[in-house]
Order: sequence, then C-alpha cells, then structure tokens
Amino acid sequence: MADNIIEVKNLKKYFKTPHGTVHAVDDVSFNIERGKTLGVVGESGCGKSTLGRNIIRLQDPTAGQVIYDGQDITDLSNQQMKRMRHDLQIIFQDPYSSLNPRKTVMEIISEPILFNKLMKGSSKQDVEKRVRELMDTVGLAQRLINSYPHELDGGRRQRIGIARALSLNPKFIVCDEPVSALDVSIQAQVLNLLKDLQKEMGLTYMFITHDLSVVNYFSDDILVMYLGMVVEKAPAEVLFKNPIHPYTKALLSAILVPKVNGNPDHISLRGEVTSPINPPDECRFTRRCDYICDTCKAGTPPLIEIEPNHFVACHCVKPEGITLQRTVGV
Amino acid sequence: MNETLKNNTAAAEVDTRETVLEVKDLVVQYVLKEATVEAVNDISFSLKEGEAIGLVGETGAGKTTTALAILNLVPDPPGVIQQGSISVCGNDMLNLDVKELQKIRGKDIAMIFQDPMTSLNPVLVVGEQIAESVRLHEDVTASQAFDRAIEMLELVGIPGARAHDYPHQFSGGMKQRVVIAIALACNPKILIADEPTTALDVTIQAQVLSMMNDLKEKFNTALVMITHDLGVVAKMCDKVAVMYAGRIIESGTLEDVYNTTLHPYTEGLFNSLPRINNKGSELKPIPGMMPDPTRLPKGCAFAERCKYATERCFEERPASRYVNETHTVACLRYDEPDFHIEGVED
Repeated sequence: MADNIIEVKNLKKYFKTPHGTVHAVDDVSFNIERGKTLGVVGESGCGKSTLGRNIIRLQDPTAGQVIYDGQDITDLSNQQMKRMRHDLQIIFQDPYSSLNPRKTVMEIISEPILFNKLMKGSSKQDVEKRVRELMDTVGLAQRLINSYPHELDGGRRQRIGIARALSLNPKFIVCDEPVSALDVSIQAQVLNLLKDLQKEMGLTYMFITHDLSVVNYFSDDILVMYLGMVVEKAPAEVLFKNPIHPYTKALLSAILVPKVNGNPDHISLRGEVTSPINPPDECRFTRRCDYICDTCKAGTPPLIEIEPNHFVACHCVKPEGITLQRTVGV
Repeated sequence: MNETLKNNTAAAEVDTRETVLEVKDLVVQYVLKEATVEAVNDISFSLKEGEAIGLVGETGAGKTTTALAILNLVPDPPGVIQQGSISVCGNDMLNLDVKELQKIRGKDIAMIFQDPMTSLNPVLVVGEQIAESVRLHEDVTASQAFDRAIEMLELVGIPGARAHDYPHQFSGGMKQRVVIAIALACNPKILIADEPTTALDVTIQAQVLSMMNDLKEKFNTALVMITHDLGVVAKMCDKVAVMYAGRIIESGTLEDVYNTTLHPYTEGLFNSLPRINNKGSELKPIPGMMPDPTRLPKGCAFAERCKYATERCFEERPASRYVNETHTVACLRYDEPDFHIEGVED
C-alpha cells in the first residue's frame, strides 16, 4: 500500500460568471506519495493553478474530497485549517507580486512564524536567529535581512518566497510555476535548491508548470491537464517515452530542443483551447484532435489504466490496443 | 576595410545576397543622475537578406536596447547612443531626421514586441491597425489599405472577417499573429522580433514560430530574433550571437555555437537547461548573477561567475577573436593554445 500524503477524489471547482459556469477543475482524482513530486502540466487556463489552490484550501472546492495524511480536510473550518496550513504551503509564480513591497526580508519570512505563534514566548532575537537559519537554508546572504524586495532580483525574491514557505516546517508544498519568471541560469539554481530541500527535509511537492523539460527533470509522476480534466497520468519516464493521449503527444512534440536540427516538424494542433464555460458533454479535446473516432462525442472519457500506473482519458484508446488511427488531415 | 571588401568579393561567388542590416561598434548608455547604465558595449553584427540571427542572452544582457537602437528608438533621455553606426538597407539610421526615419520604420524594417497584450491599441479594430501601417507607407486609398489588412490577417491564419474585431476579442496567440500581420504588412526587408513567443503557451508558440518561418521564406525577410530560449534559436535561426553584459561574447553560425561551443558562458547556458532525454543528468547552474550594468568590472564581465577564470581575466577585457571564418569568441583563455572548456553535456 502506497504511503499517500495527499489523496484527491473527484475534485471539482466551478466559478459562476455572467456568461455561464466555468469548469476550472472538473472531476480530478489522484494521489501523491510521501516524499515524491507530482508534476502538473498544461497550458494557460487548464486549471492547474486552481487545482493547486484548492488542494491547500486557498479556495474551497465545489465538490470532491481532499485527504491530507488520512484526514479529510475538505470541510474543515477556517480555524481548523489554520493549524493545517503549517503542513501545507505554497510557493507562488511571480516573485514580484507575491511579496509585500513595504516589508523587509526579515518581516516577510518571520510573519508566518509570528502569526501562527510558532515561537510563542521566545525573544525577538530568537525569531531573528530562526529567520537567519532559513535564509541560510535557501542560500540568501544574511546581510540582506533588512532589504526590501525591490532591492533584490527575481532569483533572490523567489528564495524569499521559498524561505517563507519553509518557515512553518511544512510537509507538502504546492510550487506554482516557481521558476517561470526567472532566467535560465537562475532557474537552474532554484530548481537545484528545491531538489536539495526535498532530500533534506523529506518534502512532498506538487510542481505546477507549463515547461515540459522542467517537469521531466523535477517530477516522479506527471499529470497532464486539458480544460480542467486530467487527460494522462504516468511516471515521468513512461510519459516521455510513451505518450498516448493526442494532446500529450502534441505538447511533447512542441518542446524546442536546443540542438542543431533538433526540432523536426512538430505535431501542430489546430485552433486554440476552447472555452471552459459550460463545456459540452464530449471529450474536451475533440475540436483540436487529429484522431477522431465515433465515440468522441459520447461524454467525457474516463481515465483508463492502459499499463501499470499509466492512465489515459481518450475514447479512442482501448485497453487491448493502444494504437490510434489518424483520421483527420491525412 | 579593403581586406574585408576582398573577402566579400571572394565570398560573393557563393553568396550574392545583399547585406540589409549592419551594426558597427554600437555603444548605448542610459545616463542617469546617480549612475550610467552601460547597456550595450561595442557590438557589431550584420545580416543578409533572408538570413536569421538569434540574439541570445538573459535579462539585462542588452538585447532589447540593441533592437531599439537599430530602429533609432532608444528613449532619449536617458538613453544615449555614444558611438557606432547602423545601416538599414543602406540608410544611416543614426543620422536621419524623424521624418525620414518614419519612412523606413515599418517599411524597410519592422519590429514585433514581446507582449502582444500591450502592443495593440485597445480601442481600434485590428484591421484598422494593420491598414494604418499600409496607408502610411504606400500610396493607397483607405479601402485598399483595409483590403490589404484582411489579406494579411488571412496570411497569418486569422479569418479575414475578424478584421472588424477589437484586440480584447482575440486570445494571446491570435493577438501576436495580428502584431505579426502589422509588422509584415509593408513587406519589410528586416523583421526584429523581441521575444515574440515568450508570453504564449507551448503549442501556440509552435504554431506562431512555424508561421513566422513560412512567411520569412515566402518574403525573403531577414530576421533578428531576440530571445533567451536556445530552443527557439535552434528552430528559427542560422546565425547566433550570445550576449552578456552588453557584449557579444560568442557568435557564429548555428552549428558553430551549438556544436563547438567555445565561451564558458555559452557552455553554462546549455548546461543549466534540463535535458529532455536524460532525466538523470544534474542541472549545473552558473553560480552568481550578471554584474550590475552601472558598475561593470574592469576585466571580463563574466570572470566572477566563470570556473575557468584566471587573475588576468579580472584585469583585462577580452577582445573578440575569430576562430574560423564565421565563429568568434571573446575569452582571454583562448590565448593559451591548448585551452578548452569541458564542453556541453549531451
């Protein structure tokens, strides 16, 4: 039996708008094993950030269950959640807007500690010592303790965000595009830092990104999302070696390899992501898909396990045979 | 100079294409009260018709300033072009008055900006925005210009009927296509694209890049592709110039720079990228950060982050040297005949 730190069951998050209901996350289920990293990939608007926020209850799910360490946290009150948030933290995408510009590094990193009365009874010096420790952990020079965010570059700001998340000794961290605002050489520094922290502290990550080469490097398992639904889920190596869903295939072929002649023609997708408002009851990828069979319009396809731990949601993929016939544009 | 001419004549047998863009010894600074930002420090490159060059580098390397200087659009003040010359299709861009510049911008040379969300006018229908550029440069009536706008939209893969829509009615990828349509409306000889796909999703990026490639071939447009993405360069360009702290530290054909990488910084860039086919390989980030452009070190700007740096690197500024006819590198260590970098991991 796998030791799951997070279990998500049939999670849904809908937003009501004047034009209809946005199905941001629609019936998503998965588990994350303790100490592992689940990568979540997909394009803008596929619901990956909403999913991350709902799991740690920054937003309340419309339906479904989130189970953390055996306890259902979906219906906990705000007061009860406050205790839970010690364990469940998040690192945001944009290191420019996620830090309060009027607070110093010291104030930003110590805020969660003070707010949660984690070091009740200890002196100001002790809190500062803890902040300095955290700064060491994430590789921020201690001399910056009284700096303001605007004085620092993106890589350093993201390190503040990481230190802030670590200040409560969390067990599970949602990393929402933590490196996409950073330059490549800095991006590699931060990715290595996150990997080292995971090893040292036994952290579990949910790593949300649109960058497929980063997700492959970083994750044990990968979840591919399209318009609020999971279309494919597999261990990282399996997914990259043997992608099945037409959308996953197109995503992987769109990766640009930095090599001479490294980019043969990609599978180009027609059109753009369709609207998540009141989506029709059919496979959501149908309108961009090159492989259409007669069942595509018959409801949303369920996730089927086509080989151990490899799940695909596609009407055209049958457990007995997984070859797809290209039907459009031949 | 005479020698270069001779070389050019010799090369003319294989390559008769006309040089459309020539940047020479360009120095651009932003002069502020407190300090002077040394944004572009003595760079030179040239481009023939139909060629594509990738200007690669990280934030603050001087890529965008270079692009603005080519159009003579560096904001002044505080920007000052201290030195250098820029020739666009034979026009000396730095010594023309505004009227003449306006004839060249949009006609001979056009630019696509990074963020399609902010580079369109929100209160004009997109067809009008494309037609505007046609009207300004060609002797056509308003309705002819609008017809051309519809044609251009269809060329970039948007139904012509949508010419009457406003920018907010389009998605990000579609807006970027509109921006490209505006840039190409007058069939420019040179197109400067500043991170044209950075704001787009991967599958949309793939669509936009292949469309740009097709159009480039169709119109034989020369392309200056400004990007931080080495993958985009590999797909789009035949020449590369890697920039660091306002200098070109390595340049050459795509094969030169990608297959026989010479500069330690270029090596570092490649090694900090995760490998798609080799998950086990460890990322090797370049330690430290780019130096403050208001206080560039006296020696090599990369020395502080460079694992090969010697004392001399901190003292002396390396000049660019040719290692073969096309490949240049600016690194002092290559004075030593048997120096080589560890190389890019596969």
